[in-house]
Formats: sequence, C-alpha cells, structure tokens
Amino acid sequence: MKSKKVRVLAIPYAVWIVGFTLIPLMFVLAKAVTSPAGGFTFDNLLAIFDPVNRKSLILSLLLAFISTVMCILISYPVALILKSSKIKNKKILMFILILPMWMNFILRILAVQMLLSKNGIINHFLTMAGLSPINIINTPYAIVFGMVYDYLPYMMLPVLNCILAIPDDIIEASRDLGANRLTVLRRIIIPLSLSGIGSGITMVFVPSMTEFVIANILGGGKIQLLGNIIEQEFSVTMNQHLGSGLSVTLMIFVLLTTLLFGRHEDTNKGFVL
Amino acid sequence: MIGKTLRKIYIGLVILFMYAPIIVLIVLSFNNSRSRVVWGGFTLKWYSALFSSSSYMNAFYTTIILAVLSAGIATVIGLAAALGITAMRKRNIQIMLFFTNIPLVNADIVTGIALMLWFVRFLPLGFMSVLVAHVTFNMPYVILCILPRLDAMDMHQFEAARDLGAGIRYAFWKVMLPDLMPGIFSGFFMAATMSLDDFVITYFTKGPGVNTLSTKIYTEIRKGIKPEMYALSSILFLLVLIILILINVTGNNASRSINKTIEEK
Amino acid sequence: MKKKIMCLIMSVCMLTLCACSATGQTAGEDNSEEQSLTVFNYGQYFEPEMLELFTKETGIRINYEEAATPEELYTKYVSGGISYDLLCTSDYMIKRLIDEGEAKEVNYRGMEHFKNINPEFLKLSDSFDPGNKYALPYFWGTVGILYNTTKVNGPIDSWDVLFNGEYSGQIIMQDSMRDSFMVALKYLGYSLNTTDEKKIREAADLLKKQKPDVESYLVDEARDEVVAENAVMAVVYSGEGYLGHEYNPDLAYVIPKEGSNLWVDSWIMTKNCKNTEAALKFLDFLCREDVAKANFEFQYYSSPNKTVVDKMDETLKANNAINPSYDSLKDCEVFEALDEKTTALYSELWKEIKSE
Repeated sequence: MKSKKVRVLAIPYAVWIVGFTLIPLMFVLAKAVTSPAGGFTFDNLLAIFDPVNRKSLILSLLLAFISTVMCILISYPVALILKSSKIKNKKILMFILILPMWMNFILRILAVQMLLSKNGIINHFLTMAGLSPINIINTPYAIVFGMVYDYLPYMMLPVLNCILAIPDDIIEASRDLGANRLTVLRRIIIPLSLSGIGSGITMVFVPSMTEFVIANILGGGKIQLLGNIIEQEFSVTMNQHLGSGLSVTLMIFVLLTTLLFGRHEDTNKGFVL
Repeated sequence: MIGKTLRKIYIGLVILFMYAPIIVLIVLSFNNSRSRVVWGGFTLKWYSALFSSSSYMNAFYTTIILAVLSAGIATVIGLAAALGITAMRKRNIQIMLFFTNIPLVNADIVTGIALMLWFVRFLPLGFMSVLVAHVTFNMPYVILCILPRLDAMDMHQFEAARDLGAGIRYAFWKVMLPDLMPGIFSGFFMAATMSLDDFVITYFTKGPGVNTLSTKIYTEIRKGIKPEMYALSSILFLLVLIILILINVTGNNASRSINKTIEEK
Repeated sequence: MKKKIMCLIMSVCMLTLCACSATGQTAGEDNSEEQSLTVFNYGQYFEPEMLELFTKETGIRINYEEAATPEELYTKYVSGGISYDLLCTSDYMIKRLIDEGEAKEVNYRGMEHFKNINPEFLKLSDSFDPGNKYALPYFWGTVGILYNTTKVNGPIDSWDVLFNGEYSGQIIMQDSMRDSFMVALKYLGYSLNTTDEKKIREAADLLKKQKPDVESYLVDEARDEVVAENAVMAVVYSGEGYLGHEYNPDLAYVIPKEGSNLWVDSWIMTKNCKNTEAALKFLDFLCREDVAKANFEFQYYSSPNKTVVDKMDETLKANNAINPSYDSLKDCEVFEALDEKTTALYSELWKEIKSE
C-alpha cells in the first residue's frame, strides 16, 4: 500500500488543515506576540510562568492526567470483557456505552451536579441506605468525576475498536502454544491495543487540558484550571492578547508532550512486534 | 461462574455511571416546575410547548443537519487522509499527526474567535461558516478513530486479494473497507457528537438567526435552562437510540440472510 | 451489511445537503419587499411570542441573536461578522459602545409609547448616556442576598453575614469579577466605582479571606442551589431573588443596608443600522403596554415601564426584588466603565482570589 497514489488521498485533508487550522492559528499567534497597545512583546507567552498561571497549569495537568488514567482503567476491562464474551452483537453494547454522548454536554454536566450536590440524588440514596453522605461537589474530585464521565466514551471507542479488531486466531494460536491468560494479555492484547490507547489518550487528555465548563459547574468556580483562565481572558477581562499567549504556550506544551508520547509509542511497538 | 457474574456487575456499573445523568435529564423533561431542583409533578406540557415553538424546532433541525453533514464530510475527508497518512513515511506520519492535534489542543474559545476573524474576510457568517468550522474540529476525531483500526488491521488479506488479481479499488471496497467499518462508524459517530456538543465555536462562527441546541443552551445557562430544552434533548436522544437499534436489527437480519445463502450454496 | 451502513450514511448526507441548501436559499434570499432587522440581546430576555407578534403586525422579520455575557456580546459585535441593527446590553457596556461611536442618536421622544417609560430611569441612564441621546431603558434591577429564612439566626440586612464566618460553607458568591468586588467594596463603605488602588486591594484581601467560607462561585445557577437548600444564602440578581421565593417560599431577598449595585439594561441603535424607521418601530413596540408586560412576565426583572408597574397585582408590587423601595436604593450605585489600569488591577486580583 505504500504507493504514491494512496498518499495523494491525504491532500484534501492537508489543504483543509492549512486553510482552516493553520491560517486562523496565525491570527492567534499574531495576537499572542503583540500587546493590546500594539507592538511586539513576549510577555503574553511568558505569562504562563506567573505564579497564578503556573499553579493552574500544574493543577490542569494533574487533573487531566488522573482523568485520563481513570478512563483507561475503566474502559480497558470493558473492552476485555466484551472481547472474551460470547455476546454475538458486540456492536450494540458498544453503542450503549457511547450513546450518552448524544445528550447535550452542558445538560449532562448539570445533571452530574444534581447527582453530586449536597442535597443531591446520590446523597439522598446514601442516607436512605443509612450510609454517610459524600461531600465532593465543588472540589477537584468532582471535576475529575465530571471529566471521566464526559470523556470516557472518547477512550472507550478507540480502545474497543482496537481490541475487538485483534484477530481471534492470534489469541487462540498463542493459547495453543501454551501461553496463559496473563501472557496473552501482556504479549498480544496490550501491544496490539497501544495505538487505540494512544488515540484515546489524545482525545481525553488534550481536551481536558482546555476544558472550562466542567471546572466551572462542578468545581463551583473555586478551582481555576488553565482553561478557565484562558476563557476569562477572552470573555471577562477582554484581554485577547494575553488569552492568545497563554493558549499558544499551552498548545506548544501539549503538542510537545503528544509528540514525545508518539515517539515513545513507536519504539514500544517496534520492540514488541 | 463467579467471574462471569463479576463481569456482568462491572459492565452494569459502568452503564449505570454513564446513564444516571441521562435518566435525571429525561425525568426533568416531565417536571411540572420550571426550576430544575423542584419536583412539581408529572407533565407533558414542555413537549407540547416545544412543538409550537418555531425557534426551538428550527434549532433542532439545524443541529441535526449540521451534525450529520459535518460528520459526513469529515468522515469522507478523514478516511481518505487516514489511508494516505498510513502510506507515508514514519516522519511524515508524525508531522501529520502533529497538525491533526492542533484543533484538539486549542481552547474552543480561541479556535472560535480565530475562525470568526478569518471568516469575516471572505465568507459571510451563516450556516456555511458553522459547517466549515465543525468539519474542521471533527476531522481529528475521525482520523484518530480510523488510524488505530488501520494499524491493527491484517494487511495480508488485502495483499492476498491483490495477489489473486483483485484491482486496488475492488480490494479496497471488498476487503479493506469492511474491516475499517467499525472505525469509520465510530469516527462518524464521534464527529457527529462533537458537532452536537460544541457551543463556543458555533457561537462565534454562526450567522444571524442560525441557532443550534447548544448555542441555545449556552445562552440560557445564566438565566436558567428552560424545561423545553430537556424535552428536546430527550427527544433527540431517543431518536438516535431508535436509529441505532434499527440499523443493528436490519444489519443483523441482512448479515444473517447472507450467511444463509452462503451456507446453502 | 457494512456497505448498507455506508450507503445509509451517504444517503443521509445527501438528503441533508439537499434539505439545507433548500433552507439556506429561503434564508439567504434577500426579498426586496421584505424588511428585516438584526437584533442582539441576552439569552432568555425576550418573550419569543412577542417577536412573532411584531412580525405579524409590521411585516418586518427579526433575526434574533443572543449572547450570554456583555463581554461576549461586545466581542461578537466588534468583529463585524454580522451587521446588527439593535442591541441590548448593560450600563457599562452601553457606555463603552457610545464612547467608541458605535451607537446612533435616536429621538426617543418622538415615539408613540415613549411616555410609558418612567422618567426616573432616564435620569438614572444619564450616568452612562448623558442627555439620554442613545439608550432606551429595557429592564433594571439590583444585586442582593437570597437567603433561606428558616436557616438563618436573626434578620439578614447587611453584607456582614457573608464575611463574619457565621455561615461558613453555606455561602454562594457571584462568579463575576465586578459583582464580587462590588460586595466587598460596599461592605467596606466605599464606592463600587472607586479607582483607588488601596481600596480595591483592601476589598481583594477581604474576598481572599472569605474564600474558605464560600461554598461556590456561581452565576444565575446560584438561585437553584439555594432553592435546593444546598446553600443558605447567595448573592444574586433581583430577578433570581424573586424566582427563588416563587420556587421555595422559605426564601427571601434583601438589598443590604450598605447599598449595592443598581443596574439598567438598555437598547441602543447601532451606527450600522440602515432601516432606522423599522428599528424605531421595534423600539416603540417594546414600550407598548402589552409587550412590556409580556416581557416582564417572561423573566421577572423590574420594568422601567410605568404601565407595567401600575397594573401589577399587589403582591408583586410589594415584592422588594421587583419593586424595591426608594429608601433601600438610596446607597445603590450604577456601574461605570473602569479605566484600563483599574481593569487590569481588578482582573489580576480576581485571578489571585480564584486560584487561592
């Protein structure tokens, strides 16, 4: 398949990226390196090192990391169970798991708030069962809960896709050759599903870095993530230059991590296969 | 046996986790009180109010058309791109993925305002500008869904088909595409969802009078979401559920009958 | 079967493409006989049926656009992507738009129903629109405390309850920079428009000290949280104060005795407005008794329209959220646009407070 003809297929996409991603990005970059009064400056880019912004960046990274790991931990067993189950129609189960995404996102987060709040639905059931109520609303835990809830399907889909695509013969063959379950998992399923996990990580980690609605609603506005700060620079203080600057540094930062991660994944693959 | 029950319980818990908020919202759509935290008894009035409100119904149609259309375009371009990208050298793959990630990394509000500033130069803000914006942020999701599937795919089958004399197009349609289908489908599905959920980018790129459910909800957050919105979202949810069930049922029947004919032969 | 799905997807795409090109045509068609206005307003701030009524009566079509915050409205307006004819926003943003030359002078006094507007509010608008040349008052209100009468010890009449630690973990503040600073400044006895750095820093220190006691910073969702009894009190806008009492009779609204923010949302005609005659018709329509009443009953913010207030039933008239006494308003002030330096100070301090 490594023919020129096939590579040509990527051209429309490349054109689209240039036209609607890179050119608008230039506008952002231009704003990022100028001050509101006009004139060139690096201040907006360096603003990420301000104590307040740095603190939010670290918190954002931490929460995004925890959410991503939780998403992997929840969806991987689901994929394994589905893979080994004898249910004929695995696709319908898959749909059941991603269907909630068709409820509007803001509404879903508001519903999560109602579940978690002090006099919320979960606490109602807990006290009815004679247990002590949980009090996680307006804390970082609630934000992680919301992020995991919202982004789980983005992890679930690629992981499921990848694991269900592993041919059964390979697994059977290795079982025949004496591999036990753990070995099959370690030597075959995990390596073959790495690219799915990689996609999932990108789709969960990256958006959760710039998210602000979840933090606003479930964090009670008490927790500032970098996404909130960027959003506020645009919509409250109207300093689009600072907002762009922070956004650009965040972008560079995240893209570099994904690039590093991509390398890492490749070497891994080369090693295992 | 215990393992099996444990598995079932696990899947059940995950499904409960995913559906509890949905159930809350559906219950709210029958709530007679305007406030979301007060239960005022059962009512269907929001549903009837909905159908007589042209602004809600217009937003509903625009949302669906936009989701399907933008996801469709993104899927076609994205599938082509994924095939093209896998045929590239490793280094170029990295570069392409780097650019693919950009729309994901940018905060929505930054993307929205940047696109708006760009569009006002040549494209009148309206439905088209929103569509272009949606296709732009949908494509990464499609590509990220299809690429792993392409990676995990057994290329030998495709090569075997080629060796047996199948043309490249024939082999693609008959061998490769069926294998890629789940990836394509989930890419399309995810793209449509992203389109459905987005509000900031839509808000800044839309023209006068163009509204989606999300932009309506977004402007309503401050003063309190109107109950009609819960009703409308519940309808949309059920609609998608029904479509998916239909596809699965007819799909199964079709594949079963194909299997039958093959067996008979 | 998989091909079938693909076919299905494709056919759905084609269908929608046809459908939307059809709808796009009707929307884009510039019927020369049909007049239209592009109107920009906050979300949930206009009874939709009244828009339909206007079109029915005059034949003028309304392109109705909504924004969530004044800043968003401004950003979208200045980008120039859409040419708006009329817009409604808050006092300080109106001032900014007037100062930037975006508003068009309008002779409101020539309108048939202008006499319905209470002159008191024109006097009030003088602070951001000297001489009442540009702005037509639409709604007004105050900021105060919505609290649960069954859960407080003693009467609530001062901002003090938010700062004395008595209700730690039971307080919801406004998630808005100026509103939160306003509360602290007023509590300290300063003007909410002060540009004195020392006073502003003092207010910020107070807010920082208060943060551990605050359950959450919310906007209008705060009302629902108090209704659900997740918190005892919240700083809210007067309309939410009224609705809170409607949903939960235990709740009450008070304008603290130290004074508060008095706000006025008004309409202006933009400099891009070509069809001034149609725009004037729309503004006149807004002042009409039945329309003003319908819009008032849509969200219960106070109306500057005399006919609405006069014909209100007694319970509404006596409600201090909808119809506050002149006495309770005597220490209230209208926001003014802050200079650049003060704005920068505000946002820096607010960011510090929020990330404590």
